[in-house]
Amino acid sequence: MSRFLTRLLLTSVVILSMLLAASLAELASTEIWDPHGIALILIACLAGLTCVVIVAAAARRLRPPPQVPPPATDEPPPSPDPFASPAPQAQPKKEPPMPQPPQEGQPAPEQPADQAQAWMSEEGVQPVPINEEEQRALAEPPPPPVSQPGAASAASAPQADPVEVEPPVPPAEQAPQTAEPWVSEEGVQENVLAPTEAPEDTLRAAPAVVPTLPPPADAAMIPRIEIRPRQQFGDPHADGVLHQVRELGIRSVASIRSRRLFFLYGELSDDQAHRVARELLIDPVVEEYELTRMPEGSQVDQGAGVIEVHLKAGVMDPVAASTEQAIRDMGLDCRSVRTARRYELAGDVSADQCEAVARRLLANAVIEDVHFAAFTPAEMQGRGYELKITQVPIRDLDEEALLQLSKDGHLFLNLTEMKAIQDHYRSLEREPRDVELEMIAQTWSEHCVHKTFRSDVSYSGRPIPGGWGNEIPNMIKSTIFAATQKLNKPWCISVFQDNAGVIEFDDNHAVCFKVETHNHPSAIEPYGGASTGIGGVIRDPMGTGMGASPVANTDVFCFGPPDMKLDDVPKGVLHPRRVMRGVVSGVRDYGNRMGIPTVNGAVYFDERYLGNPLVFCGTIGLLPREKCFKDPRAGDVVLVVGGRTGRDGIHGATFSSGELTHSHETEFSHAVQIGNAITEKKMLDTIIQARDQGLYTAITDCGAGGLSSAVGEMGSELGAEVHLDRVPLKYNGLSYAEIWISEAQERMVLAVPQENLDRILKIFRDEGVEATVIGHYGTPDRHLRLFYNGTEVGDVDLEFLNEGLPRPTKQAVWDVKATPSPAPGVRDDYSDALLKILAEPNVASKEWIVRQYDHEVQGGSVIKPLVGVSEDGPGDAAVLRPVLGSSKAVVISCGMNPRLGDLDPYQSALHAIDEALRNALAVGGTLERTAILDNFCWGNCNKLDRMGSLVNAACACHDAAIAYGTPFVSGKDSLNNEFQTDTGETIAIPPTLLVSAISVIDDASKCVTADAKEAGNYLFVLGRTAPEMGGSHFLLAEGLSTGNDVPAVDLATNLKVMRALEAAIRAGCVRACHDLSEGGLAVAAAEMAFSGGLGVDINIQALPVRSMGVNPAALLFGESAGRFLVEVPQAKYGEFMRLVKDCPAGEVGRVTDTGRVVLRASRGKPLVDVSIDAAKKAWQGTFGE
Amino acid sequence: MTQPKALVLRAAGTNCDRETEHALQQAGFEAERVHVFRLMDDPAALKDYQFLVIPGGFSYGDDIASGKILANQMLHRLADALNEFVSADKLVLGICNGFQIMVKSGLLPWARVDAEQAHLDATLAWNECGHFIDRWVHLRADSDKCAFLPKGEVIALPIAHGEGRFVPRDQQVLQRLRDQDQIALRYVDAKGDAGGYPVNPNGSVDDIAGICDPTGRIMGLMPHPERFVEITHHPQWTRGHVRRADGRLFFECAYKYLGS
Repeated sequence: MSRFLTRLLLTSVVILSMLLAASLAELASTEIWDPHGIALILIACLAGLTCVVIVAAAARRLRPPPQVPPPATDEPPPSPDPFASPAPQAQPKKEPPMPQPPQEGQPAPEQPADQAQAWMSEEGVQPVPINEEEQRALAEPPPPPVSQPGAASAASAPQADPVEVEPPVPPAEQAPQTAEPWVSEEGVQENVLAPTEAPEDTLRAAPAVVPTLPPPADAAMIPRIEIRPRQQFGDPHADGVLHQVRELGIRSVASIRSRRLFFLYGELSDDQAHRVARELLIDPVVEEYELTRMPEGSQVDQGAGVIEVHLKAGVMDPVAASTEQAIRDMGLDCRSVRTARRYELAGDVSADQCEAVARRLLANAVIEDVHFAAFTPAEMQGRGYELKITQVPIRDLDEEALLQLSKDGHLFLNLTEMKAIQDHYRSLEREPRDVELEMIAQTWSEHCVHKTFRSDVSYSGRPIPGGWGNEIPNMIKSTIFAATQKLNKPWCISVFQDNAGVIEFDDNHAVCFKVETHNHPSAIEPYGGASTGIGGVIRDPMGTGMGASPVANTDVFCFGPPDMKLDDVPKGVLHPRRVMRGVVSGVRDYGNRMGIPTVNGAVYFDERYLGNPLVFCGTIGLLPREKCFKDPRAGDVVLVVGGRTGRDGIHGATFSSGELTHSHETEFSHAVQIGNAITEKKMLDTIIQARDQGLYTAITDCGAGGLSSAVGEMGSELGAEVHLDRVPLKYNGLSYAEIWISEAQERMVLAVPQENLDRILKIFRDEGVEATVIGHYGTPDRHLRLFYNGTEVGDVDLEFLNEGLPRPTKQAVWDVKATPSPAPGVRDDYSDALLKILAEPNVASKEWIVRQYDHEVQGGSVIKPLVGVSEDGPGDAAVLRPVLGSSKAVVISCGMNPRLGDLDPYQSALHAIDEALRNALAVGGTLERTAILDNFCWGNCNKLDRMGSLVNAACACHDAAIAYGTPFVSGKDSLNNEFQTDTGETIAIPPTLLVSAISVIDDASKCVTADAKEAGNYLFVLGRTAPEMGGSHFLLAEGLSTGNDVPAVDLATNLKVMRALEAAIRAGCVRACHDLSEGGLAVAAAEMAFSGGLGVDINIQALPVRSMGVNPAALLFGESAGRFLVEVPQAKYGEFMRLVKDCPAGEVGRVTDTGRVVLRASRGKPLVDVSIDAAKKAWQGTFGE
Repeated sequence: MTQPKALVLRAAGTNCDRETEHALQQAGFEAERVHVFRLMDDPAALKDYQFLVIPGGFSYGDDIASGKILANQMLHRLADALNEFVSADKLVLGICNGFQIMVKSGLLPWARVDAEQAHLDATLAWNECGHFIDRWVHLRADSDKCAFLPKGEVIALPIAHGEGRFVPRDQQVLQRLRDQDQIALRYVDAKGDAGGYPVNPNGSVDDIAGICDPTGRIMGLMPHPERFVEITHHPQWTRGHVRRADGRLFFECAYKYLGS
């Protein structure tokens, strides 16, 4: 962009700021959405982002003040609560003080322009960093109560303080934000891209001192129902919050009480509102309520310690929606409902502490607003949308401007790609319209098309093992796809082509498996991000073939260290513990509500996951064998089913393709979607009925890219015509482009032959599922055409869309010198080392997570995540019978070891595959019927070393899949997992490859678990132990540095071991089996012993080794792949020996009844001797419950 | 004898309906999963069934509180049909969310579906730990009149719920439940004795895991009998000592009751 333009822009910012300031008074006294207000704001959009932010924030601040204060006497006296117990102390007063009115008879004071300016500089220039401020609040005794939130009353609150107020503004009223010079066809420059919300002030801004806010003059008096637990029955939620407050280091909060708030909009009488409260909203045994009427949009100061958390306007509120329906079921008329949560903190709590509790524990600024007062929101209303078609001039842009456009429009496309688009539109002799550009960016995003994996790679550095050369064309095709192709398993039904990989299950059924990541949203809003992550991956099987029923979920998480000090958490990053809690709750609430058992998972910790936590969610689905493929036809209607479309998740696909920065949280808040599991469950119930009646020809889910991607994919061979004005919306005001790219959850797209339409619509209607025809498939030129109210708003050549993306060549380097780990000194006793490793977060019990997931719903559970005599030992893999009444089962397992990824990406990938297979085999899986899935999470692969390690890992995937005969059937990658701190430092995650395995077995009753069963039984170790210790948990727990001497995986030997084990289990020779992974033999032995409530006595010199002279630490704790600890009953000794004769097997000891874990070298003094109680305590102590 | 018919009621968010249907079929019932909207369209259809089962799940997402919205529909749309059903010599079983719905609609403890009276005397509140929990528990059948279990049985079943803490309104209600022999199921240890957490996993008053109405024909419980109808459902089946799938008892007893 020329300097002239830049200066012009800057100048216009200044001028507009002034203009804006001068207009504020006028704006304030008018409805902001009258033409004048709109004009003002539209003009402001021209000036660029900064200016827009001002307008948005100002518009929100400057709601028309009331002309007349609502008279306090209008408030009906609260009826006596029929269930009120006399006890509760310190309840809010029955008649809370009414909003502080402006002076009687005076017009409302106008917002002085200079105050807006002052505020602007505060917000725009000096956001208070969360951590500094919070750490102050948390670490120090409470500062003098100068700016106590809600301190006393408006009278004592110094008015000169910069005040933040949060009048409710429906999303449609948010001023448009981005200000790219996109030109509408009418020639008026306007904004159409991201409806980015202005940076929200609750999270980042100075402490929100909330004054008493006068409501608008015409504000209706809204029934506000406050529900509290009766004191004698306790308040587990509040107790939980109090516990977390203490964990934050705030000791001065004596107690917390929680409240649920409901606001009813519509013409309900007091009697009716009481009825709703009494019969519907409260639990009359343990709760009581208070009903007041408050003006819409009012905020009433109620003293210190009050925190209310309200959902932002436009955020999905399932409870409100259900409540509306239930009130109607009662025969009452209710227009809409809003809900909120309230907390009352008692004790000596400073304003800053209150603020910190609100922000850190109770609310997330991405979706919620905090009020330190009693707040009564205005009813949600959308604004109408007026069609304005927007063109984006691209044909005449130079390279710099193209890149600028990509950046400003959040397109995340590189120059080559932008040029390809430019060429395309030059050849069409027109400019693209915004929606077309959006669609191309989305389809070409890393998230959707896996550009990096499909690139031609030019590699240099350490030669990739396995004879790979330096030029690898189309990396994924040459590696992962190639392995599957070469293996050519007849039981693979559909691989790498549908939403999930499909394999045979039995004569009538197939199973499919997909694992996805939802990392970026989970970093910003852990609960919402994770719940939509699981919600999204559940829709993958639902959209596979003609639709599969989900039968199991898996989840694997990577977080920063949970015990990290607050001071060490960089700005813009949530504390790992909060991320962890939010993610676990999100997956729990969605998966449990869907009624899908969460059966397998893992959690890893590393500092580099701080800014980029990883959330992998997987779903296994079951579908009829004859329903594995889609067949959409021209003439079929496009039917969108399920949830409504809102602004949620706009730009999710492109967002997840970029790097996170400390400001992403605000810039991309709209990229976080909020899920509603029940909408998805209803949709599932009905879709399966429609599938079984054969009423549609194709189905796919609306995931990343929303309708754009779903319709685009399904219609890629046919073309389609879509009428965007017909798409049901959550609220008015969405532009056609927003409708097209929205990633709102819980939607599926079906292709339905016209003649089946009535029948299929009835199925959905009968169970309250919305289904809407929005167009049809098939256009003469196979283009995709979009219309809004009959006007064409977009026309995309699908061939260009799907084939036009230039395939890049990527440079890759991996050149790391071999550095062996220093040999650990030989000691007499390693008992302490064992206990330390058991307590390592990566190894320690995750029971607190597992128990929060329903892992048994659907009635197919065979091997659960926790096993043993106390049902709390670690299981290797899950087994379930997806078809009720049949003994046929699937085994589900995973493998991952990010600690090795850095050191040796090739070996690390082999380890991950080996571990996933080991886990599956350990419970009775069948190698011949095992398929695997890859999920790569890497850093920015435009950087040579990242790309270098990625290539190594991809090649290793090929080599291991071929060696073990286990094809990949599905996969996904999430690149660019790097975080830029406010100090400019970039943190990349360790290269992280998750391998998931699914094995189909004939007889579930042959399965085994890892817990030791009977004293006297023999213990064997299968597989060879190598001397290398690189990346081991022993080095980690001992605080020793590690080299990159990762124990090499011996694929050929391990294959023999796995086959022998499989035969032994099938022959009933195995009573218990546990794979050796983190912490090696000693940890496996301890886990086997304490799970069984027995003991073990093991001679480590009986271990099969790769070479002589292995250090005792390596024998005890080394993490060589391909090894199992196996318990063999005495009666089966001979048969077992026969079955394992061709593989390295060492008879290492016996199960004992001593309750001790003993490992010794030969007959000498034990090197490890700990009680199973001590071992279990160490293992369970890290996370507790 | 004609095969008794069981209706498995489902609504948006019900998610244990299929395995419940399977358990019923295993015991000999003709079972059918019916959406609550169909019943609301035609409440008289309920007459065709002898056994109403309200299965587990998260009906309507447990929005507001667990089971509350489906209970509200039963109170306002199905009260007459349900009251007629329970006054006939028929059976009702509510499992987990079904139990919550029964308590909130008045089916339990007093077998009366009435919007003014429902949910006043007992509730299922949040677990003491404050969150959802999945684990296996031991239970003792404590009622002579309960149609679903012989008194004295000690059985194992899984629980999976967030709101399962049984709380009677006051001591009088609790006493009335005891006096009328309505406390059908208590959390106990493997030997059949009472204990604190985790024996009583959610803090229920008097260790109550399930209750029945004064006739014993209407029962609700938090644990899931339909999740233990095969030996391999038990978390310790690989240890080789599990001899009986305890959950089958409920459905077999119901079958016997209706068949006799």
